[in-house]
Amino acid sequence: MHEMALSSAVAATVEKHAKGRPVKVVNLTIGKLRQVVPDSLLFYFDIVTRDTLMQGAQLKIEIVPARLHCTGCGERWEPDFPTFRCPACVTGVVEVLSGEEFQVESIEVEEDEVCTAPK
Amino acid sequence: MHRTKVRVVEDALDANTTLAQANRADFDRSGVMVVNLMSAPGAGKTMLLQKVLTDMEGVRVGVLEGDVQGSLDADRLSHLHIPVVQIQTDNGFGGECHLDANMVRSALHELPLDDIDLLIIENVGNLVCPAEFKVGEDVRIMVASVTEGEDKPVKYPLMFRACELVICNKIDLLPHLDYDLELFKHHLDGVHPGVETMFVSARTGEGTEQLRRYLIDLATRRKAEAAAG
Repeated sequence: MHEMALSSAVAATVEKHAKGRPVKVVNLTIGKLRQVVPDSLLFYFDIVTRDTLMQGAQLKIEIVPARLHCTGCGERWEPDFPTFRCPACVTGVVEVLSGEEFQVESIEVEEDEVCTAPK
Repeated sequence: MHRTKVRVVEDALDANTTLAQANRADFDRSGVMVVNLMSAPGAGKTMLLQKVLTDMEGVRVGVLEGDVQGSLDADRLSHLHIPVVQIQTDNGFGGECHLDANMVRSALHELPLDDIDLLIIENVGNLVCPAEFKVGEDVRIMVASVTEGEDKPVKYPLMFRACELVICNKIDLLPHLDYDLELFKHHLDGVHPGVETMFVSARTGEGTEQLRRYLIDLATRRKAEAAAG
């Protein structure tokens, strides 16, 4: 059910930017630290976009790796286990450089040909 | 017809965040301190509230109860004679598994915000979704009971990182379980280093005084901030 609510949030964001134009592609980035299951998101996205201008749009998901930085000793690493302790100095405060994204980057929409040639 | 690429670069949860900020502004205007209380189903959120809210030393408390169905939790708090509003999330596709900012917003008019110092929003029992959706709270508290196992922080890091206080409940059951409390602390410290913790039993009352004090202090702090302008 988690991905149901999230796919609705993606659809609402896309709809806002599509401004009434049919949507063909949605480019979404998901950080590895978010607990989002891409297959489940794709499944629900198809359902929530039925009978809308997004129907049949391709949801392209890019997974962003988790990258952490220790503000104490400067160590940078990509954890494969959810631990936010610096492996080098143990005591430093750890900040997240990437991996928390859940962002619509861009969309591809169809537009009617508009004649811009000078009359 | 031709295809155009439109740059968006927007957090997909921005709409919820905007509404959460609107809720927060309403809470601030009325001087209400707001706690978002989260846990897995059955961790003991409501029982903790039943225990702790009996004597709040003049702090006026209100509760927003979030459940997929029914009003059992709200009923359990009726003896406290405080404003309790039930939100049911079951409209639509099987019921939402969390509260979002819009659901909270739609219930605000039922709460006498000007007569409340501390609003506790008891979220739907779930360790995944509530962590994603801010509702306009000041503080996030999560309850993890010992019957859930000590590995939950590493299985649900988003939730354990999203809160300022972790309450470990049902410690009266420890003698009957193989639960390794030290391992839980180790996992929690890895996922959220330095997070404040409390070890309590809502059933026996052990440790709940600390939570009562914590909540009273939160509300008192907000009052002092309001008085200082």
